[in-house]
Amino acid sequence: MSMILWVLLIVVAAILLYLIVAYNRFVVLKNRIDNAWAQIDVQLKRRYDLIPNLIETVKGYAKHEKKVFTEVTAARTAMMSATTLSEKAKANNHLSETLKSLFAVAENYPKLEANQNFLMLQEELAGTESKIAYARQAYNDSVLSYNNGVQIFPGSVVAGMFNFKQREFFKTEEAEKEAVKVKFE
Amino acid sequence: MNAFDEANINKFKSYFLMFCFSLIIIALGYVFGNIYGKGNKSIILSFMIIAFIISVIMALISYYTGDKAALSISRAYPANRKDHAHYINSVEGLAIAAQIPVPKIYVLPEQAINAFATGRGPEHASIAVTEGALKKLNRVELEGVIAHELGHVKNYDMRLMTITVILVGLIALMSDFFFRSMLFGGSGDNNNRELNPIFLIIGMALAVLAPIIAQLIQLAISRKREYVADATGAILSRHPQGLADALKKIKDDGLETKNASKATAHLYFSKPLRSGLWNNMFSTHPPIDERIRRLQAM
Repeated sequence: MSMILWVLLIVVAAILLYLIVAYNRFVVLKNRIDNAWAQIDVQLKRRYDLIPNLIETVKGYAKHEKKVFTEVTAARTAMMSATTLSEKAKANNHLSETLKSLFAVAENYPKLEANQNFLMLQEELAGTESKIAYARQAYNDSVLSYNNGVQIFPGSVVAGMFNFKQREFFKTEEAEKEAVKVKFE
Repeated sequence: MNAFDEANINKFKSYFLMFCFSLIIIALGYVFGNIYGKGNKSIILSFMIIAFIISVIMALISYYTGDKAALSISRAYPANRKDHAHYINSVEGLAIAAQIPVPKIYVLPEQAINAFATGRGPEHASIAVTEGALKKLNRVELEGVIAHELGHVKNYDMRLMTITVILVGLIALMSDFFFRSMLFGGSGDNNNRELNPIFLIIGMALAVLAPIIAQLIQLAISRKREYVADATGAILSRHPQGLADALKKIKDDGLETKNASKATAHLYFSKPLRSGLWNNMFSTHPPIDERIRRLQAM
């Protein structure tokens, strides 16, 4: 009789241990997602802060290119007012497009292209765009690990028990389809 | 093979090789233990334990200070935002992708294209890239190299190699003391000295071969971890071709990395010392062509 009792106790202890380990793993994976999301925000903010300086520097040499300045400024404001994930994805893409146009315009002004401040800003913005892309990648990688954990059996049972739900990816396909092509003379 | 499988399979192979290490140690212990009778064992054993402790301490010292030593031997100097903005931005970006803290960033005063990463883990890492690499590689290739190095950091490769070095040292010690005890064993208590001849012969063979085999296994582990770092780098940069192109440029460049020594050679992105006859088995790095082939297949 006591043998069966021992076996039962061991089985229950093993299940409890598994539950603890699985739960903690979900917490870690979920926190990684939140951390990655915060990292995206850090880079978006950095870009937001760099843009006014960039516009001023370009204006110093190309005052009359008003259209492109207005478009960048509008896209920048839209970026900050975006809240949901898909809004941010769309706004981010739009802002990147307007910035590309701004740099294309700058190519017509050799004096501007030689300006040290401009070159530094260009490198910083390029670096920040790159970091936004990497931060999105890290976010999506975290979401993938988490979603895998939530879906694969027997983790799925634990996820159900503690209400860990799947998270969505930071997609750009829809955003890219609707991106406004910035035109300028 | 895709990058994820490449990383996992080579990681598995490296752990399997570590397992082989422990088998060798157990085998040595068993054979040596069976050669002697009861008398001499305890003295030799205590010497061995002391020597092992000393080698562990030395290995730990190298583990904790090895990164500073490697940076100083290679004459690395810190990168600055004014001259190396792009390099610094690339490292910061890839560290975000790898979800590790940004390592300390250095430049090496060499014209050969090379790089290394050191440090016992993501919290204490440093990365260094040669001036040659910064000049000769384009953005994508440089990011490939940086991604490879961050792969080493993320995979705790320095920690793994330190453990491996301790085990190699242990095997060398065991063989060494086997031979020493053969020399002074006769002066012990002759009545207790019952040498089992079969074990003696096996023991001698093992004592000669084991350290060599251990070295070979260590080099094999190093090569497997290079493949893992290539695959991890491909996953981080999402662009294995960039790494492959960097390797091709290194191959065509043909320059030797001057400030590397035998002690630091295994840390580098590509083999710094001129390859001689012992290209494959005795090399810390896999052959460049094979690395390029695997990267292009990802």
